Amino acid sequence: MPEVDFDAVVVGAGPAGSCAATVLARAGQSVLLLERGPFAGSKNMYGGVVYPRILDGLHPQWWEEAPIQRWVTRRSTMVLTETQALTIDFRTQAWGQPPYNGATAFRPDFDHWLATKATADGADLLTSTTVVGLLRDRTGAVTGVRTDRPDGDIRARVVIACDGVNSFCAKEAGLHGPVDAANYTLGVKESIGLPKEVIDERFNVRGREGVDIEIIGGTGAVNGGAFVYTNLDTLAVGVVLKLPKLAAQQRRPEELIASVKAHPAIAPLVEGGEVKEYSAHVIPEAGLAMMPEMTGDGMLVAGDAASMCLAAGIWLEGVNFAMASGIAAGEATVEALAAGDTTRRGLAGYERRLNDTFVLRDHRKLRRAPELVLSDRVQHLYPQLVAGVVEGMFRVDNPAPKPGLRRLVTRERKRLGIKRRDLARDGITGWRTFG
Amino acid sequence: MTRQSEWPELGFEELIGSTRFDVHERAHIVVDGAVCADCSTRECVVACPAKLFVPTSDGGILFNYEQCFECGTCYLVCNREGAIAWSYPEGGHGVVFRRS
Repeated sequence: MPEVDFDAVVVGAGPAGSCAATVLARAGQSVLLLERGPFAGSKNMYGGVVYPRILDGLHPQWWEEAPIQRWVTRRSTMVLTETQALTIDFRTQAWGQPPYNGATAFRPDFDHWLATKATADGADLLTSTTVVGLLRDRTGAVTGVRTDRPDGDIRARVVIACDGVNSFCAKEAGLHGPVDAANYTLGVKESIGLPKEVIDERFNVRGREGVDIEIIGGTGAVNGGAFVYTNLDTLAVGVVLKLPKLAAQQRRPEELIASVKAHPAIAPLVEGGEVKEYSAHVIPEAGLAMMPEMTGDGMLVAGDAASMCLAAGIWLEGVNFAMASGIAAGEATVEALAAGDTTRRGLAGYERRLNDTFVLRDHRKLRRAPELVLSDRVQHLYPQLVAGVVEGMFRVDNPAPKPGLRRLVTRERKRLGIKRRDLARDGITGWRTFG
Repeated sequence: MTRQSEWPELGFEELIGSTRFDVHERAHIVVDGAVCADCSTRECVVACPAKLFVPTSDGGILFNYEQCFECGTCYLVCNREGAIAWSYPEGGHGVVFRRS
């Protein structure tokens, strides 16, 4: 076996990297966790909800120490038109008690906490260190990483690339296919400060209860979505925008956030708040369709680097997929090290684990969702259709009698120029995807 | 949509001024002005959330790297091969998102 500095090097101390490092350290392997920011989580942002149940095994009772803001006990899905809003609002007190469901959290808090768990178990964490390239042997197998530190080459038997959506490691290793902007969205967010009591009152919650509002139809001509999440004394308000549409429509991201904030259904929730931070991040949106090869000789790819975000309209998840893939990468690496085979074949346990768990099962089940949710009809016509039908149902137009539902749907469909065939086809796709 | 809120929105400078950046002296974005000069679509100008790409009166593009979110939008939307060379800033530098 060649001389190495560590059994494994993990690039990126986000949720995937810290979970991988934890598994490896607990198995007694030497592992170095590299982070380019000044602390773990400093480069990371998202809309705002994390689903940590995957940590039940790794960190039992995680909810007693994880730095969360609020437990999501109200989940709203909102359809907006220029002047209308239709909201489906679900509340359950069960999600406000152990083992909980989703939580709002600041990623710099949450990711930092997960990294401290890895170091507590024996992983070495080196921050403020950017990986600038891979080390490879004559066969092309990955044998380590080059960092921007003096004498910064680090040799390892396995490199786990958890270096985020732009994953220069996976690209350099040739594991990513051609990059297509259509597979990505841009998430942009304002953190808006308001006193906790004001948030509690406006969102109808108490204590650590929180609200998750997912919005479709709020981004004008740019396909995408919007969101409002409650933190303790800030709101996260933002938009997610399909990159090619954003470029083509000549609307700037911050203008689209301002437009969402000014909508009559949103304005009363956010007004008077002070912007505490403006942030942005790219999201790998296309799911299964854009995933790289997960395994190379001496290398695994996990988290956003492997395009594992699940952007399926009513389900918007990513941190849980990152943590699960990190755990799987750690376990497969332990297995490969024990067997003395860190080639692609020796590391095959990684993909087997992904295939057997929710990570790829959810992605396979929802493989049609990203395209459907971001399609022009779902984005621009169906919000108007649904809102028009509901407005027609509840408007009392006496002396005219109430119109039947079928007539209302037909009237709105024709007004918007939606072909019956397209509506039926999208309905079938929707049922196949979400049913 | 041209909806306006009823209270004053922050100007862009103030908005991005709310975010912390520990800027390194080396630019991590390099733009080839010659390639940009004959680009008419200018996707980066509208899409960059940090508004780092600004058209100049002589038909070129002025760019900054200092207040960069390191998101990658610019090179993803760019249709011109070789126009934008993009890497991460030196370790410990660049954007630092806030803890609670």
